[in-house]
Parts: sequence; structure tokens; C-alpha cells
Amino acid sequence: MATSLEKYEAVIGLEVHAQLLTRSKLFCGCSTAFGAEPNGNVCPVCMGMPGVLPVLNRQAVELVVRAGIAAHSEIAPHSIFDRKSYFYPDLPKGYQISQYETPVCRGGYIELPPKDGQEPRRIRLVRIHLEEDAGKNIHQPDGSLVDFNRSGVPLAEIVSEPDIRSAEEAGAYLRALHAILRYADISDARMEEGSMRCDVNVSVRPRGSEKLGVKTEIKNLNSFRFVEKAIDFEVRRQIEILESGGRILQETHLWDPVREQTRPMRSKEYANDYRYFPEPDLPPLRIAPDLIEAVKAAMPELPAERRARYIRDYALSPYEADVLVAEREVADYFEMTLPGLKNRKAAANWVMTEVLRVIRESGRPLAEAAPAAAQVGALLAMVEAGKISLNAAKTAFAAMCKSGKDAETTVAELGLAQVSDEAAIAEACDKVLAAHPKELGEYRGGRDKLFGFFVGQVMKAMGGKANPKVINELLKKKLAT
Amino acid sequence: MGSELHKLTVSEARDLLRKREVSSHEITRACLDRIGEVEPRLNAFITVCEREALEQADAADRRLASGDDVPAMCGIPVALKDIYCTRGVRTTCASKILDNFVPPFDATVVAKLRAEGAVFLGKTNMDEFAMGSSTENSAFGPTRNPYDLERVAGGSSGGSAAAVAADECLAALGTDTGGSIREPASFCGVVGIKPTYSRVSRYGVIAYASSLDQVGPFAKTVRDAALLLGTLAGVDPRDSTCSARPVPDYEKALLGEVHGLRIGVPKEFFVAGMASDVERAVRDALRQYESIGARLVDISLPHTPYAVACYYLVATAEASANLARYDGIRYGFRAEADNTDDLYNRSRALGFGAEVKRRIMLGTFALSAGYYDAYYLKAQKVRTLIRRDFERAFASSDVIVAPVAPTTAFRLGEKTEDPLTMYLSDIFTISVNLAGLPAMSVPCGYDGGGLPIGMQIIGPPFSEETVLRVGDAYERSGTGKRRPAKV
Repeated sequence: MATSLEKYEAVIGLEVHAQLLTRSKLFCGCSTAFGAEPNGNVCPVCMGMPGVLPVLNRQAVELVVRAGIAAHSEIAPHSIFDRKSYFYPDLPKGYQISQYETPVCRGGYIELPPKDGQEPRRIRLVRIHLEEDAGKNIHQPDGSLVDFNRSGVPLAEIVSEPDIRSAEEAGAYLRALHAILRYADISDARMEEGSMRCDVNVSVRPRGSEKLGVKTEIKNLNSFRFVEKAIDFEVRRQIEILESGGRILQETHLWDPVREQTRPMRSKEYANDYRYFPEPDLPPLRIAPDLIEAVKAAMPELPAERRARYIRDYALSPYEADVLVAEREVADYFEMTLPGLKNRKAAANWVMTEVLRVIRESGRPLAEAAPAAAQVGALLAMVEAGKISLNAAKTAFAAMCKSGKDAETTVAELGLAQVSDEAAIAEACDKVLAAHPKELGEYRGGRDKLFGFFVGQVMKAMGGKANPKVINELLKKKLAT
Repeated sequence: MGSELHKLTVSEARDLLRKREVSSHEITRACLDRIGEVEPRLNAFITVCEREALEQADAADRRLASGDDVPAMCGIPVALKDIYCTRGVRTTCASKILDNFVPPFDATVVAKLRAEGAVFLGKTNMDEFAMGSSTENSAFGPTRNPYDLERVAGGSSGGSAAAVAADECLAALGTDTGGSIREPASFCGVVGIKPTYSRVSRYGVIAYASSLDQVGPFAKTVRDAALLLGTLAGVDPRDSTCSARPVPDYEKALLGEVHGLRIGVPKEFFVAGMASDVERAVRDALRQYESIGARLVDISLPHTPYAVACYYLVATAEASANLARYDGIRYGFRAEADNTDDLYNRSRALGFGAEVKRRIMLGTFALSAGYYDAYYLKAQKVRTLIRRDFERAFASSDVIVAPVAPTTAFRLGEKTEDPLTMYLSDIFTISVNLAGLPAMSVPCGYDGGGLPIGMQIIGPPFSEETVLRVGDAYERSGTGKRRPAKV
């Protein structure tokens, strides 16, 4: 198998649907809020009542233009909407308003973070277009129900060229795209809530061949990991078929996350002639150069820019910058710890180790798992000021994660503050030296190593809370005399 | 026999109401009585709203009593084609598939009339989903012509045309996709105007062919049509295709004269096979225009022969998508079924009539992979050529005058067996929709059998003022005097 895997090259293209962060739906005034009661966010327009007409949401247009600019696409000054016809109970009009031949954005690319020593990879885009979402069918033992809350919610469909060559690269592309969508406030891009969805087109071909193989489409992928697993599975499946002299069928597969395999849908489920034609109820969409300039001017900082800034301004390593920038919440959190700190690198390390660990171990989102960033900043400021030790800070952080109390209170309650009072420490030093005449003699005789012993004894006498720097200084002074 | 108030025109009623000489209640009562009297023979209405109409009339009377700054349509009883969504009142589109549909909202034009205090007598009969030229394709039976009960009222807005002709209401609303206002207006001897595409909001008007559908009034006089159009027209934030142009005072445009006006006479609209009485009546009207100072200009609209074919591709393609929403899932008729596919198939098979199914299939075919370029796209190109024909014609003429239909009202059942013959009833009206132009049908005489004949006045985009002025001038010249229907 290993040898046959090497003989072939995977050719992968992704179609990503991202829900745009608008307050209202694409063609009516209904709310897009997630989690409303079923059919709570509907009106005659998004229910497809007779006689209703769509009115385009300008905010959705701006967001898809923003996506296009972030992805280096060309923005069409003039594009049209089309009707895509198919019957499904969750599709109220019997057609979806989408864009076919003239998308808002054409071309562009997503840059993948460079791997060590390599040039950054660019995955080219075919297009980004605007379309409306459908509702949701809910099947129950006694019948099926339809919830139209999602019907008419604005989506950007982002279609890549078949530039992706491995499951790993598909994952990197999705993470990079996800970061752009979130940094630019285009979409909250939550795979688990369905605000980002992904269909995969996979084919394989003998390495070196220019000709594309027959592709299959994989649907029902609602996490990055599933995308990677499904691609791995599908690539192996296709190679096995070709190696045994078989033929790949152009068909649509569903990912089964339980069995971790793809299975073909019934042909009826996808054999559609969508009969696209221009939507007569909407005039052509004109995007003036002014709008493009305004969107550019208001563009939030994108992940690549933030990564560069961290390396340049905070002297972080490319690796550290990548880890922090990967999730916008983490990067924003990191920056919120910074006011009042001199040592940015220490804050970066803290976020990368301590904060990411609690997220990982608790399995909860950052905002729930970790204390407020400002409190972590306050904690790190105490370390910087010598008020607490680094170990004490870790103890305090663990407690804060559970209690939600602020840094100062926690340090005080746990008695973690370091004693920097020179008189108290001097007194302890004197006592230790007096109590250990033998060691003092040996030290003075040249056994320098015993310095550590004295520090340890003083720390012990101070209950572990003395500032080690002060102990060092005072002991040195006393031993020198 | 009761009062004769149902015979009033809108402008007469408006004046009497303002002078408090009659009440809206009295006029409404007269119309309802007339409806009760003639409906068993005509079948112009699908739904009559007696209680609601009288309540609205009483409300209008209170408004009229409270001050003199009342809108034009306050207290005027009108009928609505059953294609307009009316909040709380069943709206069927003459289809079994919407037999039980009660919209939770008003169409924009209904809301405008409601805001002015108009009285809604009920919902009028039509061809199912506005697909037809005779109102025979109705799930509620055909409407009969008030001038001859054995003949059709025209269609698709046959109910509205017949209701106005029979004085069941003072005016009515219809829609015109390929002639559905003008042809029944012609057959029933009333005025009917299809405004420029985009002049009136389509929101809440059940869509047949979105790029062709347009709302318009039926009335007993051109003045009434002008008055109503003023209320209906104007921008609507719910319809992105609706024009933001200011709405002129159409009534003020009725100057009563056409001196120096150039009237184009298209040779393609006077064809062999048209009824001689129709040709004679339109030619007489043209001479009448000359006698009052207009100038006739021979023009050509060379792509006219392709209009019917072009229309039946564009309209049916759009219809195939527009009617996909009637799936039995959310509202309307739902057949018993074991699974979703059966639910669709059976609900649509049992819910739609034959002509609707024919057009859905035609449109689906025209948009199908492999046929799109040859049919839909080609038709769009032809549509552009037709539009250019008119642009060229309007370089040398201010309006075009032509017959509305090649014949007067035909017999019930005469054309139902042969859809193609039926489609040809719209041969003179369809190109106007494809070009998006305003056009009005004005009565211009009667044939040997006493059946009304209509001529249409076609203008360039947004020339409703001119079209209305030209129609009004003819009406005032006295030749086309309306003979009351004998029903």
C-alpha cells in the first residue's frame, strides 16, 4: 500500500460555506440569531409565501466583498443572482437564490503558513459568491418537521481550485481560511454550529500526470478533523480501486463519522439538473469602486498581518506567532494580557502553555475555561514586580480558573505573596548563619557550593515565600564580611 | 330594483362622497346587491367579502365625515383579482392548490388601497395562476362575458373585467403578463391599463412570470384608470425591481387633446385572419384621432411574429421556478402520501390544472441542461430585438395604436381543446410585456353581434401620462361610447 500511495497524487478542491455575520437575513428583515425557538425567526419572505419578493441585504454584500479583498480576489463591478432549482422540504421557494455565472468575487488565493524553511503555499480560489441558506429538516419517529430559522441566512460560498494535494494541506487551508473569516469579522465560522461547512472534491492521478482523475464529492463534514480523515479514507479507497483495475465513479459520498468511512449517497439524492437562470426579482448587483475602497479602509487586521506584527514588535519566534495567531480568540486574549507588562515574551509563553492547556484539558471555550485576560496580565505583572514567584503564579492561575476570582485576591487568599522585606529576610539570614557554624566555616574555607544550602535554609525559614533575589543579595553581603 | 349607485364611475362616486350626497355604505350595498343579482350568471367572483366590505365602507364614511382631506379612493368599492394576497382573506389564484390559503399579509397595492380607505368587495375569478386568455382555466369555473353569457370574458383577469363591465364594482385590479388586463378589458368593453414594468410594486402579487407581470386597474373610464394608477404606482422597499421615479398626477395629464401627436400604426398588427369588425373599429378610431388633430405614421415592428414563441419560453421558464413553492409542505393543498417524493408528486398532480402543468413542463424543459441555450437564452435575445423594434418605432411616433386582440370574445370551450389557438389570442399584447411598455385597452366600438372591441394605446417606458391622455381624448370625442352590458 505504501508504494502505491507514492505512485499517486491526490487532487483536492474544497467548497466552503460560511455564514456571514449579518444581523438580518439575506433577503428579508428576520434575525439570524442562532438558537431561537423553531420557526421563531421567519416571515412570509423566508417562508416562500406566494407573491413575496427578495430585497438584498447590503451588509451581506459588504461582508462578501470583504472576504474577496481578504482573499485577494477580483471584485466584480456587476454581478447577477440566479435561481438554483430543486425540490427539498427545507427549501421553501423550490429554488435557492445563488450566483452562477457571475459571482461577486473571482480568483484570489489563501496563503498557508510557511512550514520550516519552505516558501508559503498559495491555494488559489475559483470564486466567492453570495447565496441564501435553506432551512433544516428534523426527522422524528412520528413524522418530519422543518425549521425555517436558517432559511435565507446569508452565506458566502468559497470555492478553491483543485490545488490541494493532501489531507494535511486541506486542514491547513481550512484553518487559514477559518482564521481570515474570523479575524475580518466576516463569519464566526463555527463548524459545530454549522456557520462554516465544507464539501470536498477528491480525485487521484498517477504522480506526474497532468490529467485529472474522476472525482468524488464528500459531504457531511462538520469538523476539520473529519475533513482530513475523510480525504485520507477517500484517497486510499480510490487508489485501491485503480490498483485493482477498477474505475472511479463520479458520485457524491457522505462521511460517516462513526465508522470513519465514506459511503455513496443514493443516486436520487444528488442527480439534479439545477436549471439555473437569472433571478428576475433582483436587479443586477452593482458594486461601486467607492464601496470597495470603503471596505478596504475598514478591513480589520488579518492573521498574516498580525503574525508579522508579533514577530516584529514583540520579538516572538515565527513558531510562537503561529501558535498564538491560529485562533483569533487566543491572539486577542494574548494582547489583552499585555497592558502593564514589559515582558511580552513571558506573556506569550504563558498563553501558549498555561492558557492553551486549560482549554485543552477542560474542553471548554477560552472565555469559560480561563480567567479574564486582564487578570492574567495582573498576575504576570506581579511576577515581573517580584511580588510572587513564577511557581506561585501557576498555583494562583489554577485557582483563578476554578474560582473566577481576581489575581490580587487569589494571591492574598492563598498567601502566595513573596516577602521582599529586607529586615525580615536579614533576620532570617542571621539566624541561619548562626545555626550552622560548621557549614559557615566550610564555605569560608572555599566550599562555594554551600551558598545554595544557605539560600535553601533561609527560604525554608521564610516558609518559601521570600523573594529569592533578595535572599541572594543579602546572603552575599553577609558572607562577604 | 334598489339604487343605481353601482353604476357610478370612481370619479363620480368620489365627488358625491366628498359632498356627502351618498355614503360609501350605500354604494357598497348597491354593488353587493348587484353582485347578488348577476353572479349566478357571471361567476366573476371567487370570494365575496360582504361583511368586511360593509365594515370598510362604514369606516370610510366615518373618515369622510371627519374632514375634507380624504384620499381619492376613500369609500370606493373595488374588486381584486384573486392573485393579490389579502391579509385574512382567502387568496386562491383560482387554483385548487391554494384553495385554503389565507395570507398573513397584504400585497403592497392592497395595503395602499386599504390605507386610502378603499372598500374591498371580494376576489375575482381568473385563469389559474394567470395562465390563460379566457378565464376558463379556473378551478372555480369560467367567468362569462356580461355582453353574451355564452362567451368568455377574456383572461386571465376575466373576473375583474366582467365585474367592472357588469357594474358589480366601480373598478377592479388585474394583472397583465402577456395581455391579461388588456384582452379581457377589450372583450368586456372596459378600460384596462398595464403600466410600464416596474411602475407598480409586485410585492404580494402571486408571481406567474416575474419579468413580465405587472399590476394595473380596470375601470369604466380612462379618468378612473388614471385615478387608480396614481394610487397604485410608486416605489416599494419590498420590491427591488420597482422604480423609484416620482409618480405624476395622472388625472392632471388628461388634457383632452392630442394636437400634433404622432400615432404609429404598426403594419404587423393588422393581419390577415383578424375579424373585419375589429379592424374596421380600430381604423375608425385612428380616423377619429386624425380628425382631432393627431397625425398617423406607418411603422413596422418586424419581430412581432416571434413574440408568442419568445413569450412562451420566457414566461414558462420563470413560471416553472415561481410555482415550485407549491409543494404541499408549508401551506395550500397537500395530498395524502407515504414519502416526500410522493407528497410532491401527488399534491402537484392533483393541485394544479392542466394548463398550469403544461406551462411548468414547458418552462422546465426550456431551462434544462442541454436546452437552455437553444431555448431560454435564444428567447432572451429575441426579447432584446423586440424591445429594439419599439425603441425604433418610438423615434417616429409618440404612441402606437393597434387592436388588442384579433377577435372579439370567443365562445366558451371554443379554444380550450387547442392551446396554440388560445395562445394566439395574445398575439398583439405579448410583445408589449416583453418590451416592458405601458399600454391601455380602450373600448372603440362593437361588432355585428354587439360584442365590445378594444384598441390598445402603447407608449414608451413611463409614458403613462401620454397613454392616458390619448385614451381620454378619444373617449371625450364621443365615438366609443360605452353601451351597458345587458346581463
